[in-house]
Amino acid sequence: MPAVISTAGLARTFRTKTGPVDAVRDLDLTVHEGEILGFLGPNGAGKTTTLRMLTTLLRPTGGAATVAGCDLATDPVGVRRASGYVAQSGGVDPQITVREELVTQGRMYRLPRPEAIARAAELARELDLTGLLDRRAGALSGGQRRRLDIAMALTHRPKVLFLDEPTTGLDPGSRADLWDLVRRLRDEHGTTVFLTTHYLDEADALADRLVVVDGGTVAAEGTPSALRLRYGGSLDATLQDTFLAITGRGPAPADSAPVAV
Amino acid sequence: MLLNDTALVYGRYLRQSLRSRFALLFGVLTPLLYLLFYGPLLTGLPLGGQGSSWQVLVPGLLLQLGLFGALFAGFTVIIENGQGVVERMRVTPVSRLALLLGRVLRDATVFVFQAVLLVLAALVMGLRAPLAGILIGFAFVALLTLSLASLSYALGMKVRTPQEFGPLINAVSMPSMLLSGLMLPMSLAPTWLDVLSHFVPFRYLVDAVRDAYAGQYATAHMLYGVLVAVGFAALAVTAGTRVFRTAGA
Repeated sequence: MPAVISTAGLARTFRTKTGPVDAVRDLDLTVHEGEILGFLGPNGAGKTTTLRMLTTLLRPTGGAATVAGCDLATDPVGVRRASGYVAQSGGVDPQITVREELVTQGRMYRLPRPEAIARAAELARELDLTGLLDRRAGALSGGQRRRLDIAMALTHRPKVLFLDEPTTGLDPGSRADLWDLVRRLRDEHGTTVFLTTHYLDEADALADRLVVVDGGTVAAEGTPSALRLRYGGSLDATLQDTFLAITGRGPAPADSAPVAV
Repeated sequence: MLLNDTALVYGRYLRQSLRSRFALLFGVLTPLLYLLFYGPLLTGLPLGGQGSSWQVLVPGLLLQLGLFGALFAGFTVIIENGQGVVERMRVTPVSRLALLLGRVLRDATVFVFQAVLLVLAALVMGLRAPLAGILIGFAFVALLTLSLASLSYALGMKVRTPQEFGPLINAVSMPSMLLSGLMLPMSLAPTWLDVLSHFVPFRYLVDAVRDAYAGQYATAHMLYGVLVAVGFAALAVTAGTRVFRTAGA
């Protein structure tokens, strides 16, 4: 499988009043085409900073990266054309109707007006928003809002979809719907999905491969079972214990086998 | 491409303004109050200018409208940053310059509309000025609001919280109003104040509009006014675009 995202030594240092903070340092990452990648890590590990760099919102202070063959530094417009991004906060104006937001988004991706209107209707069908097109975004439920956010990011049929904690605050039913949606995107369109989450059951259920970051750099990576075996001690280890063993947060469970090398 | 993108962003924000009709009219309230309750005080005073006191006061109120209104434009971008709207637009290929231009052109439209309302009210109060002069006044309002709104959006992108933004804007707007002679012409001022006021760019704009309202178009005031307004606008839009391009960095 060819790589659709690859980074080498990616770094971002923020200058603050109390001195420089290395939010991300020396990050090497490869994401394959059609893969669902779970990007995990404690709060402040550098997940959102990484996402913001890969989506051209934030300029790296070191290293290099390509997304869908486009260099982050020299071809940011190419990166933007190839990727969709859903931020934690979403990105719609609560006063504006679902239809207007979807059409505007199409126009921002440079679709001519008639095509933007057609694409909005198509996205609404695919994401079950058709009955909500004339509602203001602020009047949607949490789950409906999330579907709208994702519809916005899918406007231009991106090769890569970045989701930053997509299910935070959703009820269990809406979470399950969202998981189905992510799988469907990959299965039907071959979309590569790069998602951050704090829910380990979500990572387990959804991701083909996990990358755990801590302190701004990769602490571990592999399939959920490989990580369990290696860091949790056995295939039966919970992902929770595995995660804690990797990041060194919290006590290691007393009954776990020694960490295999 | 830039034109299309700018029209798209402009349309979005103009519709936003039209949705809140109340805010659209509310902006004109402060200068209107000055016109009604302060303007009549000046009618018998020797203001040193040509023509009636209304020809001196109304240009000042027009620029006051722009100064106080456009400087606060950045509040909306702070709200939109919180909603994620700014980043959502910045991950699309849409032109960065258009993200700023669409917004500031909307602001210029809104403030020129408010300026028209204000001048209509002033005509009822007793203002008489040549049409060309009045139109030149609107052009200055447009340029001024374009500039100030650009700077305000840039500041809004930088400071990120209303708690920091409000005091900063107040710290700029009040001295700017007093030092540029918007309420009374600086020609009445003692020398030190007159000299000081020449360091405030709005001084040149208000002098130019006062000349225009008196029907005098080929004056030194007009030349300086045009140069300062255009130069300031170029500087402000450049600064604003830089911030929109690298925001978050």
